[in-house]
Amino acid sequence: MQEITLLVNNRPYSGTVEARTTLADFLRHSLGLKGTHLGCEHGVCGACTVLVDGASVRGCLMLAVQAEGAIVETVEGLAADDGTLHRLQEAFSKEHGLQCGFCTPGMLMTLIELLRENPSPTETEVREAISGNLCRCTGYQSIVRAVLSVTGRPVGAAGDL
Amino acid sequence: MAGTDAMTSGRTHAPSVGQRITRIEDGPLLTGHGEFLDDIVLPDLLHCAFVRSPLAHARVDAIDVEAARALPGVHAVLTLDDLMPQLRSGRMPLGASPVGGQNKSTPFVLSDKEVAYVGEPMVLVVAESRYIAEDAAALVNIAFSSLPVVSDARKALADGAPVCRTELDSNRMSNFHVGYGDVDEAFANAAHVFEDELWQHRGCGHSMEGRGVVAEVRPGGELCVWSSTQMPHDVYYMLAGMLRVEQEKLRVVTPDVGGGFGPKYCFYPEEAALPAAALLLRRNLKWVEDRRETFISSIQERDQYWSMQVAVDSEGLLLGLRGRMIHDQGAYAPKPVNLPYNAVTAVTGPYILPAYRMDVDVVHTNKVPVSSVRGAGYPQAAFTMERMLDLVAVRLGIDRAEIRRRNLIPADKMPYTKKLQARSGASLVYDSGDYPAAQAQVLAAAGWSDFAERQKKALDQGRYIGIGLANAVKGTGRGPFESGAVRISQDGKVSIFTGATAMGQGIATALAQICADELAIGPDSISVTAGDTARTEIGLGGFASRQMVTAGSSVKLAAKAVAAKAIKAASKILSVPEGDLELDDGYVREKTGNQSISLGELARVLRGAPGYAFPDGLEPGLEATIRWRTDALSYANACHVAEVEVDPDLGQVTITRYVALNDSGRMINPMIVEGQVQGGIVHGIGNALYEFMGYDDEAQPLTTTFQEYLMVTATEVPNLETIYRETLAPGNPIGAKGVGETGTIPAAAAIISAVENALSPFGLRISQTPVSPEILFKLIKSARDAARQNPDSQS
Amino acid sequence: MKPPPFEYVRASTLGEAIATLSHNEDARILAGGQSLMAMMNLRYIFPSILVDINELHELAGISASPQLVRIGAMTRQRAIETSPALAGVAPIFQAAVHLVGHRQTRNRGTIGGSLCHLDPAAELPTLALLHDCTIEATGPNGPRRIAVADFITGYMTPGIAADEIVTAVEFAPWAPGHGYGFHEFARRHGDFAIASAAVLVERAADRTIERVAICVGGVGSVPQRHVAGEEALTGTKGDEAAVALALDRCSQLDYVADFHGGEDYRLSVARTMLRRSLADALDETRSGKAAA
Repeated sequence: MQEITLLVNNRPYSGTVEARTTLADFLRHSLGLKGTHLGCEHGVCGACTVLVDGASVRGCLMLAVQAEGAIVETVEGLAADDGTLHRLQEAFSKEHGLQCGFCTPGMLMTLIELLRENPSPTETEVREAISGNLCRCTGYQSIVRAVLSVTGRPVGAAGDL
Repeated sequence: MAGTDAMTSGRTHAPSVGQRITRIEDGPLLTGHGEFLDDIVLPDLLHCAFVRSPLAHARVDAIDVEAARALPGVHAVLTLDDLMPQLRSGRMPLGASPVGGQNKSTPFVLSDKEVAYVGEPMVLVVAESRYIAEDAAALVNIAFSSLPVVSDARKALADGAPVCRTELDSNRMSNFHVGYGDVDEAFANAAHVFEDELWQHRGCGHSMEGRGVVAEVRPGGELCVWSSTQMPHDVYYMLAGMLRVEQEKLRVVTPDVGGGFGPKYCFYPEEAALPAAALLLRRNLKWVEDRRETFISSIQERDQYWSMQVAVDSEGLLLGLRGRMIHDQGAYAPKPVNLPYNAVTAVTGPYILPAYRMDVDVVHTNKVPVSSVRGAGYPQAAFTMERMLDLVAVRLGIDRAEIRRRNLIPADKMPYTKKLQARSGASLVYDSGDYPAAQAQVLAAAGWSDFAERQKKALDQGRYIGIGLANAVKGTGRGPFESGAVRISQDGKVSIFTGATAMGQGIATALAQICADELAIGPDSISVTAGDTARTEIGLGGFASRQMVTAGSSVKLAAKAVAAKAIKAASKILSVPEGDLELDDGYVREKTGNQSISLGELARVLRGAPGYAFPDGLEPGLEATIRWRTDALSYANACHVAEVEVDPDLGQVTITRYVALNDSGRMINPMIVEGQVQGGIVHGIGNALYEFMGYDDEAQPLTTTFQEYLMVTATEVPNLETIYRETLAPGNPIGAKGVGETGTIPAAAAIISAVENALSPFGLRISQTPVSPEILFKLIKSARDAARQNPDSQS
Repeated sequence: MKPPPFEYVRASTLGEAIATLSHNEDARILAGGQSLMAMMNLRYIFPSILVDINELHELAGISASPQLVRIGAMTRQRAIETSPALAGVAPIFQAAVHLVGHRQTRNRGTIGGSLCHLDPAAELPTLALLHDCTIEATGPNGPRRIAVADFITGYMTPGIAADEIVTAVEFAPWAPGHGYGFHEFARRHGDFAIASAAVLVERAADRTIERVAICVGGVGSVPQRHVAGEEALTGTKGDEAAVALALDRCSQLDYVADFHGGEDYRLSVARTMLRRSLADALDETRSGKAAA
């Protein structure tokens, strides 16, 4: 077992974890942050995407122990503490960018990274950014539309609505 | 709204049916607070993994579980023998309504004597974590003797072919005919006869959330089972029949379901094994299907071989269609032969066809069992019909749209009775729709008429562009009923309970919209409980694009009944004539006066108080349950036009434009309809160009990861242009038709038509899906080679 | 799909990492983990020890001058994709690395990991071979330098010992303003390519091609230099006949058929990619911008 300490959605966590536990399983089962989903566990579907030190990663292809000392952001940290949705979440709902919602957390986290880097992506850039996130329900078009509806304004840290 | 008397004037809430309102489902799903199956946490929950067959066909000589049992953290390693004390049968029951001729077709709960496909569940491992369960599964040692394998459904019928399971005499599970009219006469008198061999290969449903089961053993001998299924009531009935548990002590619940798309329609061995093991061990158990398990154990579909002949007159009018279809059923048939039956009865689609005959063989192979994936036989049917029409058009030099126009059922012939029967036995009656107008509308939107000119210009620049179209009809709203209950609680909160299953499609929002309009409230205040057998006594669930029509009709009628009762009760309590009262925003009010009473207050009165007076002439409770009955289907239709560019050196197809018309009757929520259509089309694009579940000659699966099996991603699809007609369904109270599958059904046919059109300079014919770049490359190469050898034959 | 058990060592020095590898036969290095972790989740491999070298920050970083580029083995693919310094002297990296997997995998995946995984269709081994890179590997006896041609020994088989760690990649950039082209055909954005073609070109003042490098990835068991194609172009002005000859000679490369494509098909794709990459590399209006 390994000791780890990390910051998840601005809250400190520490505990012990078996070395082989993936970051996604640690978030889900040790921390109870079940918004991070596992869709393929071999690094293709992107449902488990979270941000580690600001960079989007596959939660199934990283060990929890590798997040020692890291700043981790998950979908649970996107809305404000009072429940007000992040404007990207709001746009997903407004543009019907989700149906079953299983891929949605990974989509959102991938796109948060994109929008922080580039607040005004083109449609092509949006599609490329989510090309590593599979969605069976939407056909992607409504997701792209949702993103394009919120572009043009800088996106800051989690909680920046 | 058709036949509605919902009030529209002076009310607080505008009617929501027909509006693009945001979904009531979204909040939790967007914030990570959805509750999917793997999110369920119970005290002392143990985790399961299955040992699955690595061989496509083998006798099981011995199963040694000792090493696995000895691993620390392992609670149990169970074979079928271990589970049998909890089971009435070690074999799965036949799902849905049983028909004859289907003995020995269903899978086993766990297989311990013979295995018939790679992925067949054999041993159940129970451990403290999924990690340990998988460690232990790897330690189970099974001795097999290989048996001959049937990998190709066509070869499976040959004399002397090995049988897929030794208990069978033949791989032919079923043979049946459908048809009508004098086909031979039609062919004898035809001006032209054309023939082709068509094939649609199998793919998977691949909802992003796999299947999964949680079984909870409760005090008092109760068992609660959560399953990520489209059919909680089916699971409930099946489990009640299989387990040694009284039906009334059993409860089946669907949590949030991360997509269905067909494979979650069947009742699976894992859904029986987990509850049986939970009862045996008296422990709470969870199993979550991982993606590799999806590839080798969840239902797959579309593997059908069609040998077709079409007879037409000199104008291209259809005279007859005949042929033979071989349906690859895989190793078992968890359901009756509904899927190949759907396919051959759907072939005639929106067209007038005077004579028709199909001979169908349903054949077992040593592959994953086959049942429905989004479309359920209809995509193969549309592909067959549309490809045959293209063949006629190309050979006769008639425009592909024109040949369709000549054969479409005209609007003035609606309702139109096909000389075929639905599987309920009822006649197949197309209730409504204007197919020629729909086609004309989409052709105009897509610029069909000036495409030939654009194509010529492109070709002059060495670019191969093409356009294609396809029509489809889908029988939706399959009965016999779906439950819909509306209840008002003492705080005035409105709740809907339904046997329909919410699996991401937005059914909760749509039902809430229907209910809201009847009760003159806003839909976002309504709670919807779908898929809980303790809340809804009987129900069917999600399949055949049925829930909007069936559950929607029940909910509308239930809400209407509740509204009427609220008015009646208020009239008695307030002493105001019913006609002077109206519902608005949670109250029954006087239309002109000042008196009002809240729905909560009415609910409190109607629930009764111990020994106190009760309003005269009213039944207790402010609620209603309706199970709207139907045997007929509501026929939705679609017409798609695809435009592509093909790079012949790469065989690469780029979809440059896609215009789709959809008519699913009344759109309760156009935004949700659009989402269904777009998602459905992209599934069809996958079927046409990307998704291929490969097997080798030993029936070993070749594509068991998302790196090998290609799901369409955001970079492969253009923006889809969707347009809508709303031909109201005459047969149900809401005027709606289903939409879950209409996007998928014609998509592959339209795309392949476009690809073939782009490559028309090579004169080649495409008769299969998916077409990978390499397949296209080879087709082009052989067309080029043939043209070189025989320069006159090139078109 | 959970990884089998293993012992985890977070190396705090390069020496510690090498010592751990030396003493344990089936230890594996955990760099970006984007292939390794997937293979472990699928239980294709069962290492006894994972040696995590992500904390060896000295192994990450890019230094780029017109004379020498040095990329630390733990440099993330995303850093390579977005490095202005590297784009300034070797712009082909930006163009090619953008096609590596997806944003999330490029954020973790490293150049050292990609070279050691040595997938024949991967972009970074193709670029390394194109540039005649020197691979620096460090083992118990210290660092040694390996020519990339010696490093690529066979299908997914890097030429290093089990107790050696690739620590850096070096190459001399081509002259400022050199022509370059990179094209690949993959089924979907981010998939491994069915074939890729990378080209570098330097011309004399009279436009004669003085130096050309062509590397074709994805079609054989390893990425291959297209020497016969280079010879066809060297000394020419990149005219149609020379290009045609270089394309024609694609048939001299090795092709391996697999699930994603047979030999004929891969040849056609390779030729098409090479045609596109040569067109880019020989387009002087474009190469002028390369150094910008």
